[in-house]
Amino acid sequence: MSSSATDPRLAGAGPPKRPLRLSWSDERVRGIVWQVLVVGIVLFIGWWLWSNTVHNLEVRRIATGFGFLDREAGLPIGESLIPYEPTDTYLTALTVGVLNTLKVAIIGIVLATILGTVVGIARLSKNWLLSKIAGFYVEVIRDLPLLLQLLFWYTILQALPGPRQAINPIEGVFLSNRGMKLPFIEWTAAHWWALLAMVAGIGLTVLYARVMRARQYADGQPRKVWPAAIALILGLPLAVWAAFGAPFTPDIPALRGFNFRGGITVSPEFFALLIGLVTYTAGFIAEVVRAGILSVSQGQWEAAEALGMRRGEILRKIVMPQALRVIIPPLTSNYLNLTKNSSLAVAIGYQDIVSIANTTLNQTGQAIEGIAIIMLVYLTISLSISLFMNWYNSKIALVER
Amino acid sequence: MGETMEAPVASAMRTDAPPAIRLEGVNKWFGALHVLRDINMTVATGERVVVCGPSGSGKSTMIRCINRLEQHQEGRIVVDNIELSDDLRSLDAIRREVGMVFQSFNLFPHLTVLENCTLAPIWVRRMPKKEAEALAMEYLERVRIPEQAAKYPGQLSGGQQQRVAIARALCMKPKIMLFDEPTSALDPEMIKEVLDTMVMLAGTGMTMICVTHEMGFARQVADRVVFMDRGEIVESGEPEAIFSNPQTDRLKLFLSQILRGH
Repeated sequence: MSSSATDPRLAGAGPPKRPLRLSWSDERVRGIVWQVLVVGIVLFIGWWLWSNTVHNLEVRRIATGFGFLDREAGLPIGESLIPYEPTDTYLTALTVGVLNTLKVAIIGIVLATILGTVVGIARLSKNWLLSKIAGFYVEVIRDLPLLLQLLFWYTILQALPGPRQAINPIEGVFLSNRGMKLPFIEWTAAHWWALLAMVAGIGLTVLYARVMRARQYADGQPRKVWPAAIALILGLPLAVWAAFGAPFTPDIPALRGFNFRGGITVSPEFFALLIGLVTYTAGFIAEVVRAGILSVSQGQWEAAEALGMRRGEILRKIVMPQALRVIIPPLTSNYLNLTKNSSLAVAIGYQDIVSIANTTLNQTGQAIEGIAIIMLVYLTISLSISLFMNWYNSKIALVER
Repeated sequence: MGETMEAPVASAMRTDAPPAIRLEGVNKWFGALHVLRDINMTVATGERVVVCGPSGSGKSTMIRCINRLEQHQEGRIVVDNIELSDDLRSLDAIRREVGMVFQSFNLFPHLTVLENCTLAPIWVRRMPKKEAEALAMEYLERVRIPEQAAKYPGQLSGGQQQRVAIARALCMKPKIMLFDEPTSALDPEMIKEVLDTMVMLAGTGMTMICVTHEMGFARQVADRVVFMDRGEIVESGEPEAIFSNPQTDRLKLFLSQILRGH
């Protein structure tokens, strides 16, 4: 409050320096001794592990190093985001594994966040039935081991009939024990342009929303953004697509002999892993979201209600921004858990990085390198998630004092 | 508190206008607990009512019923000629006319002081942002903290926060202001600055209902003091009559406890 020029609290040059007294009763001496001791022990354990490993490798005559990565892998991989043949190198095989892990982790995180938020808000709903269903879901899903749930989903998918008797709920969609077959179209340049137009449409919508917000600030009248959003995000790509002559050759899966041809496939392994990870993690995220919303005091709701605001508006403008502070750190933990839990893929035969690195180390005998690669991959993914979430968290942090 | 008796604020009560608030036979229960028992009260436009009573007497619940933060279960409440009901439109209309100040301030901690004040005018009153900001600055000046506009609530003292809360409510240009123990959470040195703000507000002719134990404030501005105990209105009358000549034992006991505390 008082101006800094006259404030005597700001006049000095900080606290006086205390001399270090060489005595065991000095807190700082003790602190230094303990730190030196701990660092020494850690260094000793590290040295011991290292020398032991080197000794054992020598005895067993195992060559170390990453030279094996250039050798031919010879291992078949069921699904891959990049072209892959068993004649490719181990490096390519491991890359496929990393991409498969990333695929299930990224899609899983997005879906688990959506499902978890919906369930978390539903559990707080005043609708008795809705909140009870949400509560039941959370309690059941959290109390069963994830491995069991993955095996459950996989067994269900395996229990589906074979391709010849595939379930055919809608024209072009087939559910069988070979996975889910979905119709697709023959992808051409026009479709790429349309996709690009959709991305541009999303960008334009954000811009449009900002302009509309500015207009509202100028004259007070609220404006609807969603009609323009639909036009930009759906209409624009359609127009681009039509401008290219609207190429449309449906690629509908059909039974040829013993299996399907055409369309795109979602493998039962990927599907089971995704459902399992999403439903399981969503149970935890739901509780995180619920706790976050409850952490905002009732007084905030009341103050906003007394000002005449509606509940949805209060949730968006008052409660959620505050709840996010509480939600983000445990949410990050759940994202990391989902990513690391994806290594349970091994149990149901989805070829993620752990599965492929395991096969690699079995075939080559390079156990230490194999494990090191797995660790490096998970560390990189996890640290990236952590860094991003911490950045986001600091961005929305509250200013206090 | 009220040792220094300050000049009373002239009454702005208008008997010619329709009453601002009318409670008729209002009853409310929390479970089996009968918290409001047959409350009948009429507040005239421009009238300033102080409600006092021991804790748990239902005074907060009563004023919270007036803008429907609590729902009454029996009887009628009519505010500014609009009857409170389950109709959301009438609720919106009433909440726009009635401002409220809470014991625990309830400022929005993620918004600046200015944003706290402009939020509702922009989104509820649909006011242009510039206009809302000018209005907010005007009221922040009235409560004498315009220099804090860019700060966050966590950076202010309790008294300053409560004055911002008053400014925030005033920015909606309410016809009626409700105060729910506005000084109870404050340090003694900050009580005066908030009371001064409320006295200033009383001088503008605002219809006010204040739940407070500040007897000095009641003497200075109140047209009427209402004493509540165990969910019912026990006594009601001009401040002097209530404080100097209590009729019931309950009020006598309450006053003796209040005065001993100060």
